[in-house]
Amino acid sequence: MTELLASGIFQRAVMAGLFLALSCGLLGVFLVLRKEAMIGHGLSHVAFAGLALGFVLNLLPMAVSLALCLLGALLILEIRERGSLYGDTALGIISSAGLALGILLISLKRGFGLELMSFLFGDILAVSPVEVWFAIFLAIVVVISLSFNYHQLIFMTFDREAAMVSGVRVKKLDRMMVLLTAMTIVLGLKLVGILLVSALLIIPASAALQVSKNFKQTMLASTLFSFVAIISGIYLSYLLDAPAAAMIVFVSLLIFLGTLLGKRKK
Amino acid sequence: MIELEEIIRIEKVSFNYDSSPALENINLTIYRGDFLAVIGPNGSGKTTLLKIMVGLLKPASGQVVLFGQEIEKFRDWHKIGYIQQKATNFDPNFPISVEEVIASSLNSSPEVRKKFRASQKQKIIQVLSTVGLEQLGPRPINSLSGGQQQRVLIARALVTQPEILLLDEPTTGVDLKAQEEFYDLLGSLNKQHNLTIVLVTHDFGIVNMHVTKVACLNQKLIYHGQHEEFCSSSAVQEFLKGGHHLVSHQHW
Repeated sequence: MTELLASGIFQRAVMAGLFLALSCGLLGVFLVLRKEAMIGHGLSHVAFAGLALGFVLNLLPMAVSLALCLLGALLILEIRERGSLYGDTALGIISSAGLALGILLISLKRGFGLELMSFLFGDILAVSPVEVWFAIFLAIVVVISLSFNYHQLIFMTFDREAAMVSGVRVKKLDRMMVLLTAMTIVLGLKLVGILLVSALLIIPASAALQVSKNFKQTMLASTLFSFVAIISGIYLSYLLDAPAAAMIVFVSLLIFLGTLLGKRKK
Repeated sequence: MIELEEIIRIEKVSFNYDSSPALENINLTIYRGDFLAVIGPNGSGKTTLLKIMVGLLKPASGQVVLFGQEIEKFRDWHKIGYIQQKATNFDPNFPISVEEVIASSLNSSPEVRKKFRASQKQKIIQVLSTVGLEQLGPRPINSLSGGQQQRVLIARALVTQPEILLLDEPTTGVDLKAQEEFYDLLGSLNKQHNLTIVLVTHDFGIVNMHVTKVACLNQKLIYHGQHEEFCSSSAVQEFLKGGHHLVSHQHW
């Protein structure tokens, strides 16, 4: 155990994981309450296309993925605003387009399939120092953006029309939220993988909603549950020699089930 | 003669949903201190008109002037309090306390935040006392009755010290006693604090004793004037044909 704690790999994994947890825990509450829980899932498909494009063009895959994901996030909003579409249709369109583009790019240039596959399931224990710094930077951006606009975001999430009349710049904040989500997704790709990254945005926030009486409590509980899930998940993966991403999601699910049962007993 | 101060002026406003007209050539001015009831049958354009007044819908033609400024240039949104139709039909699982609901309005824009920075807690306590909910600040809003929730929304609107309050069918789903108390509160805000109020309602009977003016709408503005004159006008006959009533509900 001491050996594990002292290892640079573990320390980097925990650092990156904790800052990712902070971003996911805070953002997730707003996404779930805005009924946009699946945006993380949709954007992760766009991020997949970005990774593939990065490999094809011999550019830094994470950077290309970030650029494409930010673009995809803005496109989702644009289609939603202009297209008069129902519910998650815009998300479905962009998500499918991302996946199709990713598959097409893979078929164009062979040889990087395995490397790309590692992003499907993530590898938190292979996090580089640069990625740790990215996680820290991202968490700072998320915390500052949400703190500065905290009350306006609550207002528009709770009562969008009244918020608009009160002068809350809802469209600007919609953009900010999707862009922050896109950044979080790209970081999450490396840590927990394309297939599971959205779970970190949805499950801790949903668990927090079961036990909280006000918004502040919900934000704190969601962040705490994210921390617990990431740290326990990494530790369990070491202990059981199992994939960290799957362990993190299983711990999140256990926390969620616990809060659900706790709520029913009340 | 005292010059009346204009708060909202609607000039030749028309609005269509796709190709079907919802409002035709509406001219209407609301003055400081008015308690205006906007009445009319279902689909007459009442909600549409209110949404145009607060900038949520853009008219097909005509213009809206708020506090002497064209709506496109208007920025002092804290002067306007708005409560939409079915406002209490919010997500029952939304985790928010009464204080947080009101605080969100106190921080709705950088200008408003700056204005009320020094005394936010005090303002929240004060406004809760105005609506008679002094003790309920920390309670989750979803644990309150429909009538209490309505009062919280009024408190949220009042906390930025608006000069006009616009409400769209605010008491839908609220029991009769709570409705009467709610309209008594609006009446007292209008009389004692000179707050201008615009109220869209289908139930004129219950607000009858508080309003000072009436606008009767059916795509066109059929009547706009003093409440007493409305009751003796020919417009009232058209209104009554729709099964509406002018006297308050009887209750036991």
